[in-house]
Amino acid sequence: MAPLVSIQGLNVAFGGVPVLRGVDLALGKGEALGLVGESGSGKSVTWLAALGLLPRHAKVTGSVRLDGRELLGAPASELDEVRGGRVAMIFQDPASALNPVLTIRKQLCETLALHRDLSGEAVKAEALRLLNLVGIPDAVRRLSAYPHEFSGGQVQRIMIAMALAGNPDVLIADEPTTALDATIQAQILELLSTIRREMNMAMVLISHDLGVVAENCDRVAVMYAGRIVEQAPASQLFADPMHPYAQGLIGALPPLDGPRRRLTAIPGTVPDPAHLPDGCAFAPRCPLAAEPCRLAVPGLAVIADDRAVACVRAEASRRALLGIAAE
Amino acid sequence: MSAPLVEVSSISRSYSMRSGMFGRAAAVHAVDGVSLTIPKGETLGLVGESGSGKSTTGRIVLGLEAPDRGDVRFDGKPMATPGTQAWRAQRSRMQMIFQDPLGALDRRLPVATQIREPLDIHGLGTPAERDDRVRELLRAVELTPAHGARYPGALSGGQRQRVVLARALATKPDFLVCDEPVSALDVSIQAQVVNLLADLQAQLSLTLLFISHDLRVVRQISNTVAVMYLGRIVEIGSADDLFAHPEHPYTQALVSASPAPGRRSAGRIVLAGDPPNPAARPQGCAFHPRCPRAIARCAAEVPALSAVGGDRQVACHLVTGPQAATQDAA
Repeated sequence: MAPLVSIQGLNVAFGGVPVLRGVDLALGKGEALGLVGESGSGKSVTWLAALGLLPRHAKVTGSVRLDGRELLGAPASELDEVRGGRVAMIFQDPASALNPVLTIRKQLCETLALHRDLSGEAVKAEALRLLNLVGIPDAVRRLSAYPHEFSGGQVQRIMIAMALAGNPDVLIADEPTTALDATIQAQILELLSTIRREMNMAMVLISHDLGVVAENCDRVAVMYAGRIVEQAPASQLFADPMHPYAQGLIGALPPLDGPRRRLTAIPGTVPDPAHLPDGCAFAPRCPLAAEPCRLAVPGLAVIADDRAVACVRAEASRRALLGIAAE
Repeated sequence: MSAPLVEVSSISRSYSMRSGMFGRAAAVHAVDGVSLTIPKGETLGLVGESGSGKSTTGRIVLGLEAPDRGDVRFDGKPMATPGTQAWRAQRSRMQMIFQDPLGALDRRLPVATQIREPLDIHGLGTPAERDDRVRELLRAVELTPAHGARYPGALSGGQRQRVVLARALATKPDFLVCDEPVSALDVSIQAQVVNLLADLQAQLSLTLLFISHDLRVVRQISNTVAVMYLGRIVEIGSADDLFAHPEHPYTQALVSASPAPGRRSAGRIVLAGDPPNPAARPQGCAFHPRCPRAIARCAAEVPALSAVGGDRQVACHLVTGPQAATQDAA
């Protein structure tokens, strides 16, 4: 089956500094894909670049296809149909994404008028349906409210309603719950997964929180310094991570039950994109780095059904993790 | 258990807040009757959502703010009057670390100068000794003298938090209040700082009040954990046991809301309703409008924090004793 979205060799540079270095990613119809990595790893830039949302001075090369249609370099009129229509996006800070001086009805109806052939009463009815769908109580009355009259969790629900207005095939959720309290985060994540199932919508969940991604996604891609370093079904990635960076991320997460153990911190910091090391960008922080790691950037190699890893030491690192003596 | 270093007895603090330009002033009870004891060398974790009063509690414990009622005792003595000599001496024994290290540092001064500042203020050691102490502190937080010569802007987030930690340790304090110290850091850097904090605590026998919304980090570093909701402690107990067998319905929801790799969200308790508004505190148990198990009594009567067996204390009408508690948990 051809993927819904197919990204190939996506490169992005700001003023000659590479921030994405050859990202390959596919998203199936109705699939939930998680994208994890630390700040600056390129998780958000990947999708901003794919949708043509980066500033003009960003240099973007490669290919991004939606249903086989190339999006990079597509005319603005075509992109306007895709953005908010077939592909919708929600962000971390919902409050700044809404206009504070317009009612929720005005903003929802604006989106509906843009992306759906609805008019008059039909628009209002649809706006009400969307608000009910995302679980805003007393929706009839609340349509006339302004953004500041809602709590943070409710504003994120309204953003989700607006994203759904165009009946999208893909929802890109960029850290959708990072600014919310734990109990509200649980509400929003549950809402997202219910809607996704009901509408058979694909979702890309971008998050720095491994737990959030693990629980809400079918497949996960781990990014480091502008590249995907590992891709696997969510359950496999967390049970059996292969890339030393993925192992490090999981080891750095304090457990919530069982015995306490010292956290396995990854030494050092994320490299400066302007001064990337030769070869594998993770090598300077990697406990298993060897000579070949510093020679060439390892490619993302398929190692099993639906699993790929970009590491020449993947076998050794897996053995080390399982406690099997190395050669 | 050793003697307590910090004893907080039923402190309360309320602020007056006006809603809108012409609204009536309403009292917001940020902290309402909180009592805590932290034994020497141990860590008390304070968890809760925004508006639960955990940061205000931290500020009162440090003496940055005076409680309306109740008192704080440090090392057996009441807090000295601010501005006096005794207060200065006491304050040099307690330090704090906040979430945003860049906001806590002066961007125009090299970080070594800033680490040295508390030594100058409190007049500790000769100038030469102070320089040695700064080098020693940089080493303690795993930074080099070269880092010390840099400005905050030239350091990464994790390095800046280490600088803040080094500065806090300069006066050899006994007690540290850490308010969301790793929340702004990436997970791999967060682990570095948490490990460092645990090592320094062991080496220097520091006593910590660790405030965070992140249950995982809190469990990692705490001996005892207190859960706050709208200004009150709703549950307190030893860290491992509290997270393994939460008794209060709110703690149960919090623990259940914490996502875990390798577990699907089946069986999660998702609380209905919005986060609480401290300015409109519900009658009775503040949690009852969101509580899946609330009964009529919960809306009328504020539950007191009472022992339910072991070292656990719970403020809930539905959790009464060890037997009832096990039944509820099952």
